[in-house]
Amino acid sequence: MSNLQDTAIRSATISVLVENESGVLARVIGLFSGRGYNIDSLTVAPVETDRARSRINVVTSGTPMVIEQIKAQLDRLVPVHRVADLTQDGPHIAREMALIKVVAQAGHARTEALRLADAFRARVVDATTESFVFEMTGQTDKLDAFVDLMRPLGLAEVSRTGVAAIARGTRVI
Amino acid sequence: MTQTDTLSPSDIAQTQSGAEILLRALKEQEVEVIFGYPGGAVLPIYDAIFQQNAIRHILVRHEQAAVHAAEGYARSTGKVGVVLVTSGPGATNAVTGLVDALMDSIPVVCLTGQVPTHLIGNDAFQEADTTGITRPATKHNYLVKKSADLARVVHEAFYVARSGRPGPVVIDLPKDILINPAPYTAKPAAAHRSYRPQTAPDGAQIAKAISLLKNAKRPVIYSGGGVINSGPQASDALVRFAKLTGIPVTSTLMGLGAYPSNDSQFLGMLGMHGTYEANLVMHGSDVMLNMGARFDDRVTGRLNAFAPNSRKIHVDIDPSSINKNVAVEVPVIADAGLALEAMIEAWHADPATQNTAALAEWWAQIEAWRAVNCLKFRQTTEKGGIIKPQHAIQRLYELTREHEAKTGKPTFISTEVGQHQMWAAQYFRFDKPNRWMTSGGLGTMGYGLPAAMGVQIAHPDALCIDIAGEASILMNIQEMATLAQYRLPVKVFILNNQYMGMVRQWQELLHGSRYSESYSEALPDFVRLADAFHGVGMRATSIDELDDVIRAMLAEPRAVIADICVDQTENCFPMIPSGAAHNEMILGPEHGTGLNKGNAAGLTDEGLVLV
Repeated sequence: MSNLQDTAIRSATISVLVENESGVLARVIGLFSGRGYNIDSLTVAPVETDRARSRINVVTSGTPMVIEQIKAQLDRLVPVHRVADLTQDGPHIAREMALIKVVAQAGHARTEALRLADAFRARVVDATTESFVFEMTGQTDKLDAFVDLMRPLGLAEVSRTGVAAIARGTRVI
Repeated sequence: MTQTDTLSPSDIAQTQSGAEILLRALKEQEVEVIFGYPGGAVLPIYDAIFQQNAIRHILVRHEQAAVHAAEGYARSTGKVGVVLVTSGPGATNAVTGLVDALMDSIPVVCLTGQVPTHLIGNDAFQEADTTGITRPATKHNYLVKKSADLARVVHEAFYVARSGRPGPVVIDLPKDILINPAPYTAKPAAAHRSYRPQTAPDGAQIAKAISLLKNAKRPVIYSGGGVINSGPQASDALVRFAKLTGIPVTSTLMGLGAYPSNDSQFLGMLGMHGTYEANLVMHGSDVMLNMGARFDDRVTGRLNAFAPNSRKIHVDIDPSSINKNVAVEVPVIADAGLALEAMIEAWHADPATQNTAALAEWWAQIEAWRAVNCLKFRQTTEKGGIIKPQHAIQRLYELTREHEAKTGKPTFISTEVGQHQMWAAQYFRFDKPNRWMTSGGLGTMGYGLPAAMGVQIAHPDALCIDIAGEASILMNIQEMATLAQYRLPVKVFILNNQYMGMVRQWQELLHGSRYSESYSEALPDFVRLADAFHGVGMRATSIDELDDVIRAMLAEPRAVIADICVDQTENCFPMIPSGAAHNEMILGPEHGTGLNKGNAAGLTDEGLVLV
């Protein structure tokens, strides 16, 4: 356990395996708003074949004492099976997907957008003579960087999934 | 989600209506009493109740009171309290009671009616989003959308309410689910799929705790409501552990009664209105054993000055209570009773010898603090003299002891919220667990009368007294009618100072004696009020009348309101002002200090924003 007296704010990616029942997401979100915790990103989807369980990935931030508290509070919700702090438990992979619309008619902006998309391994999933939609997967900061680069080139709209995360190696939640 | 979603014709032939299935499940859960109030959405349940005798229904006069009554029932018996209310306003009225039960960890199952499933979301008559509203007000809640789920959900709700840290659970029941046939499923033998709280302590943590306590020079046991919730055997284990170790014991408001208060090792309640000795022992301790308490702000005072030199052990059944307010060195996630038994065993097993010399020195210091006699007050004995509220409680305590010895009937005390509650905690001394019901976490005025009612239902022959203030009692006074209906001989003992006393005290201390809206103009005549509700009214206005009124109250077989007119300006001491530390306590006027701004130690602007 990290030093609880530490007052520095850290970011934590927490995965929660929950019973896939009505109201479970509201319970988790209500816990965060009711107790004043931050949600930087949140994703949820069923992850088992019979759809009986869902996985919630939440990126939050706080002091070590607050993060520990968030995990304990999540864990005592009745429909919660398991809580894992991926940031603390070891190496993990966190990915996000974004759809990014750039509206540009000028040749320069269009070629520059395509050139940068290529460098960032973003795929063109829709194109018109006046626009592109890029699809891009990666870590949050990589997506942020790409979005920033598109801004002067005619960035029109962004849709992001939020973070999905999983531990490296054989470790499971 | 279990079984089939649609019923085959053969299923239906064997099944009963949802309402009947509900009652069958309640019976299997050994429910004896339901506190409730009917309405359109729950008529099928009331019809099923009408046709059976196993479960008794107590008709309250307001849904909030139904929940408090169920809390009183639960806290005095250790069983789950059951509430039945209708949809919409029935459910919303119950919310205060639910939050009260949540904050104080009281097992309650609350059945709420709901509009039929096809109308949910249509803003139907008496529709409310009950599961949405009660989500943060309960430990868990359910909306039954399929008949096949009904019996399973009822069993699960009882399991959740009583397991781990107990709490309130709501089951929202649409009317069509209650009318349509439903299959029955028995109480499951298998463990719950996701909620399995840990109750047995980790041996290594227990050993660490014992090692700290054996080497301690200035140890203290800070015991809380978790010991009560664990059952009477946990209180018994607490006494054995304290006797074995010679460690002083203090208790939270919620934990009173777990340790006998007349025992020499008991320091009294700690916290904002705790005793001088209890708070100084906490502040000066080098090892603290928190047994089933949660480091509440009323207990800790200013956090950065809370027991600054102590190494802390925290036993709690709820992992989220650990390291929430105060970082601890040895966390033990366990049921208090099991942890205490393990600690008794580990104490014997640990080869180290206890530092008894240091402990003796610690006790000498404690005796010096105790000699301050922080609860001292001056009561005039002159004829016609004004009654001090502390004296009224003390005499109530002494005379109920006599009554108990004479009649063999146990005494149960409930309170409302405010000064009278703190005086009751200070001057009424409890020897047994489950005899004290008070709203600690939420601080709900209006709790005491319905809670006493619930206790009286569970213990028909016992003496049940609601120690009240004249302001609090008016918040659920309608329950006097319930007392009359069921001939419940509850005694309401009002310390009447015509002020919301605690508000007045804070205004005197923190707001320049500007008594904004804290004076109760136009109070009812409580004697005639008792009469109107088919009870007996009594009044004491001077010291020479007090004992006679208490004796008459205790002898009266009907419900009583005793209006005890007390000193209007009395304040509750000792007091740790908000934002102050344990060693910055204010003592009463008998100690040459008191509530004038100059010596209100630790009173800061920072403290002013705290409640």
